[in-house]
Amino acid sequence: MININDLMVTGKKATRDGFGTGLLEAARQNKEVVGLTADLMGSLKMDEFKKEFPERFFQMGIAEANMMGVAAGMAITGKIPYTGTFANFSTGRVYDQIRQSIAYSHKNVKICASHAGLTLGEDGATHQILEDISMMRTLPGMTVIVPCDAYQTHQATVAISKHYGPVYLRFGRPAWPIFTEALPFEIGKAQVLNEGSDVTLVATGHLVWNGVEAVKLLALEGIHCDLINMHTLKPLDQSTLLESAGKTKCVVTAEEHQINGGLGDAVAAVLARNLPVPQEFVAVQDSFGESGKPDELLIKYGLGVQDIVKAVKRVLARKKA
Amino acid sequence: MKKDLDSLRALASQVRRDIVRMVYQCQSGHPGGSLGCTEYMVALYGAHLRYNLPFNMEGKNEDLFFLSNGHISALWYSVLSRHGFFPVSELATFRKINTRLQGHPATHEGLPGVRVASGSLGQGLSVGVGAALAKKLDSDPGLVFVLTGDGELDEGQNWEAIMSAAHHGVDNLIVTVDWNGQQIDGPTEKVMNLGDLPAKWRAFGWDVLLLENGNDMEEVVRSLDEAKSRLHQHKPVVILMKTVMGYGVDFMMGSHKWHGVAPNEEQCKNALAQLPETLGDY
Repeated sequence: MININDLMVTGKKATRDGFGTGLLEAARQNKEVVGLTADLMGSLKMDEFKKEFPERFFQMGIAEANMMGVAAGMAITGKIPYTGTFANFSTGRVYDQIRQSIAYSHKNVKICASHAGLTLGEDGATHQILEDISMMRTLPGMTVIVPCDAYQTHQATVAISKHYGPVYLRFGRPAWPIFTEALPFEIGKAQVLNEGSDVTLVATGHLVWNGVEAVKLLALEGIHCDLINMHTLKPLDQSTLLESAGKTKCVVTAEEHQINGGLGDAVAAVLARNLPVPQEFVAVQDSFGESGKPDELLIKYGLGVQDIVKAVKRVLARKKA
Repeated sequence: MKKDLDSLRALASQVRRDIVRMVYQCQSGHPGGSLGCTEYMVALYGAHLRYNLPFNMEGKNEDLFFLSNGHISALWYSVLSRHGFFPVSELATFRKINTRLQGHPATHEGLPGVRVASGSLGQGLSVGVGAALAKKLDSDPGLVFVLTGDGELDEGQNWEAIMSAAHHGVDNLIVTVDWNGQQIDGPTEKVMNLGDLPAKWRAFGWDVLLLENGNDMEEVVRSLDEAKSRLHQHKPVVILMKTVMGYGVDFMMGSHKWHGVAPNEEQCKNALAQLPETLGDY
């Protein structure tokens, strides 16, 4: 029986730190790995990569559209380009470049996006993209990965260099607990962090940690949850989801993203087709964010630990009704 | 194998026939720009581009060509097929269901010769810069050629790409602008004035060549030779190539009206009467 109390918290770092070290490792393993940034090398933690592989680092200036096209061109010749900028500028700003030059053209480009979601904090809603997962997962052939801590981001960054095809890798700004060091990472294979028979809780990204805390609180009240870390949103691990939902007969999803188009919708579509059961959605309710500290924002927009606890109780009540 | 000028001219006439027939048969497509750039495309594939067959995507140690103004696909498909990339008979499938010859070029169906999709304008130059940078990184002697439209230069991404190519000293890249002065809604100076185009490219750090008659085969071949001779000087090279939209078919020449319109039966007959069948229709 997998138990959340066996998870070890081994430190606290930003997921983007994991990207920085992961890129370095991927570059050491494969000489075709190249890195591009749009004037955000420091924010993306690409400094060490640049120091060790200066000829494989390309500063593209504040010109993301061109960066995506350049990455596609490099991929044609066999390179494995990693583009690094904020999630907002990695997706919405360059959607058509990604769609035509990368996704439709099957280019092996790794779109690496930091500062996603509300936890970007004080810079406010202009930069807090909450629609990026939706945009990327609707593109045919795009793999979408949202790791939950710095260690997993490192693993994912290395793993995508060995996976042929376009990838959207989403991570964030704030320091966050690291708790996955004992867990193997495989693209498309969800991780079960706790086993319980009452409710299936599926979370992604930063909200997996909130899910961990919520599951612990709920256990004290005698409510036992399956906790699934759905780090890959596309392709979605349907079998792990359906196996759990078949057992618990109700599902809660939790994500730092709009309610439209993200993890909740992806899970709901699988359930609707295979196993219709009640589902509650912990997500931003069709609104933009604002300035503030990450923790304050998560609570104000309904993504806190207590919001997950309440959603679990709501879905349990619906199951019993 | 380099073709001589007479063979290139003969091929150009056949390619123009292909374009007119393809667009007529599916009653859609873009004859104007296709006819205007025929000398360029024929000269490029017939006398300059170093490529291997069968086609392979990476094109290591080969020259790469990217068509940014993807709507002139009929021209590109004709030239590719006439150079053995795929059977000439496949031209009959242009824009029809289940074809590899999509309305705008794509890699999705695996058409030999195409390395990236284009059609949404302004993206090909960036892709060309990326491929050229990667070739430099690998010390690959292959060159990169890009063709763009002039109306397409309205797109801001081009100017990002133009700046980045100069900044990174991309000197294995030859961009050609189809400077026909027309775009869908009218003359470029009325729709969105490009201003002093040569001065703009120079100000961005490029080596600029002017080609006064892009519908004269000898001039086009010479201009591409000249552009090649200026490479590897830490600067990208651009050829600003004046062409006449619809060139070779009198009633299509010089007007934006034939940008994206197919001829009817009578117009098709009239056009084909002006274009000798030199290599056999598909």
